[in-house]
Order: sequence, then structure tokens, then C-alpha cells
Amino acid sequence: MRPRTVIGSPLRILLLTCTFALAAYAGLRLFDGDWFGIALWIVGAALLHDLVLLPLYAAADRALISVAGRERVMYVRVPAALSLLLLLVWFPLIGGQVAARYTAATGLSADGYLARWLLVTAALFGGSALLFVLRRTRRPRWARGTRGLRRATKERPPVVH
Amino acid sequence: MARSPFSPAFWRSPVRGPWLTSVLGLVLLGGITLLFVTGLLSYAAYNPDLSPVNDKTPGKGLLGFYLFAWPTDPHWLYRLTQGVHVTLGITLIPVLLAKLWSVVPKLFALPPARSVAHALERISLLLLVGGGLFEFVTGVLNVQLDYLFPGSFYPLHFYGAWIFFAAFAAHAVLKTPAALRNLRQLREEERDELTSPAPDAPTVSRRGALGLVGGGSLLLFATTVGQDFDGLRWTALFAPHGRRDPGTGPGGFQINKTAAYAGIHPAETGEEAWRLVVTGRTGTVRLSRAELLQLPLHSAALPIACVEGWSTSDQWWRGVRLRDLAALVGYDADPPDVFVQSLQRHGSFRRAALRANQVADPRSLLALSVNGADLTPDHGHPARIIVPAAPGVLNTKWVARLTFGDL
Repeated sequence: MRPRTVIGSPLRILLLTCTFALAAYAGLRLFDGDWFGIALWIVGAALLHDLVLLPLYAAADRALISVAGRERVMYVRVPAALSLLLLLVWFPLIGGQVAARYTAATGLSADGYLARWLLVTAALFGGSALLFVLRRTRRPRWARGTRGLRRATKERPPVVH
Repeated sequence: MARSPFSPAFWRSPVRGPWLTSVLGLVLLGGITLLFVTGLLSYAAYNPDLSPVNDKTPGKGLLGFYLFAWPTDPHWLYRLTQGVHVTLGITLIPVLLAKLWSVVPKLFALPPARSVAHALERISLLLLVGGGLFEFVTGVLNVQLDYLFPGSFYPLHFYGAWIFFAAFAAHAVLKTPAALRNLRQLREEERDELTSPAPDAPTVSRRGALGLVGGGSLLLFATTVGQDFDGLRWTALFAPHGRRDPGTGPGGFQINKTAAYAGIHPAETGEEAWRLVVTGRTGTVRLSRAELLQLPLHSAALPIACVEGWSTSDQWWRGVRLRDLAALVGYDADPPDVFVQSLQRHGSFRRAALRANQVADPRSLLALSVNGADLTPDHGHPARIIVPAAPGVLNTKWVARLTFGDL
């Protein structure tokens, strides 16, 4: 093997050296406080996302496909994903864990968040169910259960042999 | 079926591929660049180089190279830049998650490094992913007042942003040409190492998957952006300053910190007890609220715009011009900087500095009333600062002392 392939592009190395220099300059200042806690948060965020959150929702999606079937899975996947997204972003307010501080600081009630999230979740699933029923009844009986598959096949990327 | 994530056949989604990753990557290229710029502007808006009390990252060194005197025009400037920063950040969360999902097979790609350059690039990706998630998580927690993170929000979010941006800029330089090429060719069937070699039957098209990501962004945007407009506030179902105002009437609009939370005792703010102490070139003047009301009063329609990304529409403030107060203590023609102290006993901005250009603006007031009524305790009674285009925390409430002069 020639040494060039082992080292790689000198320009790429130069660019990444600049990255590490700037990151180190900022990092020295960032880690001035609780350096261990901060490093744990940064590395932990990447690991928690890549090795816990992502496998969890991928496994949940697989389980959903096996229960709902390929044709109907989107009617559950879309409302579930949107609802969980809202929960992921707003869990401190929805879960009520900041309620006391929030109300004391802002003068606003923290009560409605959980109820609103449940209502929005219900609306998302309800709308999805309605759409499912409408699409099913508008289709002739002989075509039921095949259109979704046909369309998916049409849009599937051609297999390269 | 491959059981190990290190095997390419383990990844079976037919949706993964260069087209989806390129679209998401280019959205983030524009979006995160705008987040970084508006974030830097927010830091400049605090005028951190004016006085140590305005600067939560005094060790910034070269990272403050771009700082400038924050202007007072247009008066909605900070409302815009910080509203964009927070609303866009929340809107981009689904795009970020989808982008990370689309490239996760690369995390397990073997061999771990093909060259020195490749090894360095993979290390930089830890800064990119870890730093990016750190920025989004600290931001989302801070706007909800959930201070779980290990330290003060300002240094964590500011220095963290530089680490993230260092990795982001290199990633953009290395990957943008390929992403543009992928999209220009407009061939969704293009294959690369992200394309599964053994895909499952599809349950959704690539455009459908992109639609779900866009739908998530739209949902977050639509339930957040209302916290920046009094008339649309009811639409912000989940944003921290959404749904409704804390009160009714002239002083019913949004509050950052209530008087009770800030530890203001009614005994200190009564007509008998409270005096404004103004110091300057010619000495010190003490004014009661009744005496302040005898000075020439002026009006200004200005918003409250918070670093947390929420704002009010313009409120109609009335009070004494800061430059008139400067003139009382010997600065007749040349209003200088001012050091403002509040009755607040705790809170990181109970002391704040305003620059000469802010003091000189005729709309900068020591406000005594708002929307035609006396200030309420939660909005800073007996008197508060209101300055056009300044971040909310520099509009000090419950003002006790103004010290004019070069800081």
C-alpha cells in the first residue's frame, strides 16, 4: 500500500486541524467549570441518541409494522411520531417538572400543557383514523388492500443487479 | 438476515440513501448557519464589551472578535433576531433527528478508519453530533426554565456553539459539494454506502418520509411562533409564553420574572420608601416617583423581547427620557453610558449597563406607566428601563440607581 492512501488528503487534514484548534480554544473555556459534567453531557448526548433513542424508535417502528401491516402502518406512524416529537421537545412543561418555577417566574399557569398534548395526540390519531376510513370506503372493494402496495412498489427505487 | 450493525445488510430501510441525506443536509446547512449568526447577534446585543455585568463569558478572548455597539434601530431588531433563533431552532429539531437517522449506518462502518484524514474526520463527527445535540438540548431546556445542565446557560451555550460550529463548518466544506451534486442530478435512485444492500419492502416513499419530517417541523413551528405576537399567542399551544397573557388590562402582557420571584418587597417600592438615585458629573440627585412625574414625560411604543425567544407586540410606554436624566446630573449635550441597578437582590441581570447610543435615543425611557396605566409590580413598578431593540434583561425593572458616565 502506498503511504498516500494511509495518510489521506492533506487538505482534509489541514481543514480538520483548524476544526480541532478552534474547538480546543472554545473547549478550554467551556470546560472551565464542571468539566466532567459538561464532557459527560456532550459525549453522552451523542451516545444516548445513537445507541439508545434511535434503536428504541427503530425497534418500535418495526414492531408497529408487524402489528399494523405495511399498508396501514403510516396511519399509526405519522400521528405517533408527531405526538412523541411534541413530548420530546416540551417534556419539562408537559411532564410538569418545572411547574412551580415556571408559574412563580412568569405568572402563567403550567396546568394546561399535559391536557393540550393529550388533546393534540387524540386529534392526530383521530384525523388519521378518519383519513383511513375515508380512503377505504372510497375505493372499490376489489381494489381494497392492494393500492397501497402497488403505489409503494411503483415508487420503490429500481433494484440494481 | 445480518444481526450485527457493523454489517451493511443490517440496515434495511429502503428510504435511506444519498438523496434523502443530501436534502436534509442542505436544509441544516442553511438553518444552522442562520442559528449560529442569530446566536452571535444575541451575544452582541448584550453589549458584553461595555461592562463586566453584561458579560456572562468574560474569558471569551478571540471569540468576541466581531462585537459591535448594538443599535437601537429598528426597534424590533432583537425581537426579530432572537425570535428567529429560538423558533428556527425548535423547527429544525425534526430535521436534525432525521439527518442523524439517515446517516447512522456510517457510525458502524468498518474499517473504523481508512486513513489518518478519515480518522480525524470521524473524531470531528463526535464534536458535530455531540456538540449539536448539546446546543439543541441546552436551548430547549433553557426556554422552559429547566436548568438541568451542568452550569450557567450562557457560557455552556456560547462556548458549546463554537465547538459545534467548528465541526459543522468542516463538515459543510467536506460534504456540501457531494450533496449539491446528488440533488442536481435529481436521481433518487442514486446509490452509495447509505443505500441498504438488502432493503425491506417499502412502507413509504422517500418523498413521503421527507413529508413526515417537514410535517413535524411545521407542527412545532405552528405551535411555537405565536409566542412572538400578542395577536397570535393563542396559537402557541406548547411554547412557554404561548396560549394567554398572565393578566388582563394595560399591564396584562407577558412577564419574564414576577416581582415575587425577584424578591421585591412592597415596602421598598412605596411612595414614601422608594427614591431614584441618579449620579453623574455634577453629583447625586434623589427623586421620588412624584418628582419624576413632574419632569417632561415622553412616550415610546416598544416591545419586550426575551433571550428565551418570546416577545410582546409594541407596548405604549410613558416616562422620563434617559438622556433627560443624564442632563440632570451634568451631561446636557453628550449623554454617556449608564450603569443601572435594580432593587432585585438576586438574578444575574439585577445590574446592567447601557451604551451611550442607547441612552441618547429619544425612545429610551425610565418608564413609569404602560398602556395608559401605572406600571404593575410585575412590570417593574415604581420605574423600569425600556430601550429600543435591547434584549429584555437589559430593560431593568424596579430601578433603584442610575450612574451616568463612562464605564
